[in-house]
Amino acid sequence: MVDLWSGLAQAFWLVVTLDGELVEIALRSLRVTLSALAVACVIALPLAAFVAVKRFRARRFVIAILNALMGLPPVVVGLIVYVFLSRSGPLGVMGLLFTPTAMIIAQTIIIVPLIASIAHQSIRDLWQEYHDLLISMNVTQGQKIRTLLWDCRRALLTAALAGFGRAIGEVGAIMIVGGNIDHATRVLTTAIALETGKGEFALALALGFVLIGLAVAVNLAIHWLGRTEREGAW
Amino acid sequence: MELFPMQARGIESRRHGQVLVGPVDLRLEGQGACVVIGPNGSGKTTLLRLLHGTARLSAGRIDWACSTEEARHHQGFVFQRPVMLRRTVMENLAFPLRLRKVPAGEARARARDWAARVGLAGMLERPAPVLSGGEQQKLALARALISEPKVLFLDEPCAALDGRATREIEEILTAAKSNGTRLILSTHDMGQARRLADDVLFLLGGRIHESGPAETFFNRPETPQARAFLRGDIVE
Amino acid sequence: MMKHFAVTLAALAIGTAAQAADVMKMAVTTSFNNSGLADVLLPEIMKDLDLEVQLLVVGTGQAIKLGEAGDVDAILVHSRKAEEAFVEGGYGTHRTEIMYNDFVFIGPAEDPAGIKDADSAAMALTEIAGAEAPFVSRGDDSGTHKKELSLWKAADLDPAGFGDWYKAVGAGMGAALNTASGIPAYIMSDRASWLNFGNKGDLALLYSGDPVLFNQYAYLPVNPEKHAHVKTELAGKLETWLTSERAAELINDYKINGETLFVFNAKAAE
Repeated sequence: MVDLWSGLAQAFWLVVTLDGELVEIALRSLRVTLSALAVACVIALPLAAFVAVKRFRARRFVIAILNALMGLPPVVVGLIVYVFLSRSGPLGVMGLLFTPTAMIIAQTIIIVPLIASIAHQSIRDLWQEYHDLLISMNVTQGQKIRTLLWDCRRALLTAALAGFGRAIGEVGAIMIVGGNIDHATRVLTTAIALETGKGEFALALALGFVLIGLAVAVNLAIHWLGRTEREGAW
Repeated sequence: MELFPMQARGIESRRHGQVLVGPVDLRLEGQGACVVIGPNGSGKTTLLRLLHGTARLSAGRIDWACSTEEARHHQGFVFQRPVMLRRTVMENLAFPLRLRKVPAGEARARARDWAARVGLAGMLERPAPVLSGGEQQKLALARALISEPKVLFLDEPCAALDGRATREIEEILTAAKSNGTRLILSTHDMGQARRLADDVLFLLGGRIHESGPAETFFNRPETPQARAFLRGDIVE
Repeated sequence: MMKHFAVTLAALAIGTAAQAADVMKMAVTTSFNNSGLADVLLPEIMKDLDLEVQLLVVGTGQAIKLGEAGDVDAILVHSRKAEEAFVEGGYGTHRTEIMYNDFVFIGPAEDPAGIKDADSAAMALTEIAGAEAPFVSRGDDSGTHKKELSLWKAADLDPAGFGDWYKAVGAGMGAALNTASGIPAYIMSDRASWLNFGNKGDLALLYSGDPVLFNQYAYLPVNPEKHAHVKTELAGKLETWLTSERAAELINDYKINGETLFVFNAKAAE
């Protein structure tokens, strides 16, 4: 219990004094996760819409695979990305290993199935609703997808925030592909792992509380910007 | 762009081996309102969808005066239960125009104009899903008419509406008809059929049992089933 | 005219190079990092050589793997056999000893197996096995782990046959110490990690001093013949620095709670 209170106190102190190291790794955490989120949404949302509206024989199979990939252990993704980006690997020449870019790649891969699965369900429900109307209006495939994505935007935001949550707390994959290098690829979660490993529980907890606070702040900001609780029949 | 005359030859719709509609031969010209009547299950909805192109033909062909591709762009369809986009009234109205790349300013102007025509002028910023049934159907109708289709299909548009809403819809339809839009609508309401029809298609068991100008059909029906139906008997 | 141009270009190149520090990557073991020595050496290296050394702190096994894959420019580990295999396999150019520290036996303060008065490492281990007292092993193929296994062997004991009291956690030094602290159990740790460890709980340092417990750290640059892209020149610069008087001074003076941890024993590199 002492550790918990000590951790809270330390967290408060670190934040209030804008501790230099804390600010550096917190900003890096946000940068890596938000970048991964942006890229993942660009991939996952149109993918979800496409799978929701296009009729093809393997549809059910693809959806099952997407759902299953949600349970992919992040550390396995990290290992696979490492093998690809390693100097001995196929993409080694790009020199991406142990950089924030490698971490963004790994996190993107981890959250795309999550965002796509959640988004897909909402888009599919809306497609059932709009189906007759849009077909009758002769929409192109592109117009169909854009209409569904826009009208579904609240649910898509939820999907994106789910992805954000998964990514900001992830540690296994980015430890492997990032290397937790001080001043280069260290982020909140890997720093927590490091301090825990050194037995510095209070500091680790402090970092943990900062991480939680950060995640809550981002979620609040997005909800406020999206005005999700205001009036509206959707 | 001339769509009519439209010729349907031997068209059929089959599901799981069962024939829902057909074979049907039909020739339609481009003026007035054609009302499709018949008992439940006679295939009215399916016939409309076949002609509109949203139900697949199991047999036969439909030929318009122009290509089928082009014909699709000049048609509208109003469903029995209106499908509202989860947007405002204004955005619903502008939607078909934006699909056709009409610039936003012009689309909004036309939307405002049509909203006024159907009596929804004060509700432009309301979310469409919160409108009443009658208001939603008027919106659906305006949305179908805003792109100035040459032919408008309506599937029992007033089935779920009260008298006042029905009257308003019928006024809009009559106006559209005088503007040159060909109407093809199905209905259960014989009064509505008499009020609106220029020609009638009487469906029974998926086939056209009798057809003709409205005046002839309502006053001198030829077949016994038509007579029974007009009398109000149950016809199978 | 061309000469003028070339000189300007050269000046520009040197100018921009002088702006940014050189960067190289080195894989080091968790024991080395946990000692805190890196936090002392890295800033000095930056000052003296304008060189930023990015440390990847991993277990010895993973450090060797990173060196073999060419993902780092040099490694600093403490497992002689693995190091020699590394050089023999052509992955490293050579092996340079830098410094050594020692391993210590940690355990519950009340010392149920009574190793405080052991007169050798082998005897202490025999007593632990005899008492079947809980013992945490790194179990991760690291330098520390390999050392521990060699000590059991020297005492004629085979860990494969041990019961539940022997717990192989497969983790780094800090995580293993955490586990030992929670049980509480005996554990072999490097002195530096122990002194720097923040969760000692019920544990205490019970036995040390047997020469067989000395722990040699060596520096191995990755072989450019296997991986052309490695920064051999920078790795060489670092090696020269690590074997210099300056490094000797910093390393020998490094203390935790007044205790010296490392003993510098490098001979100047050829």
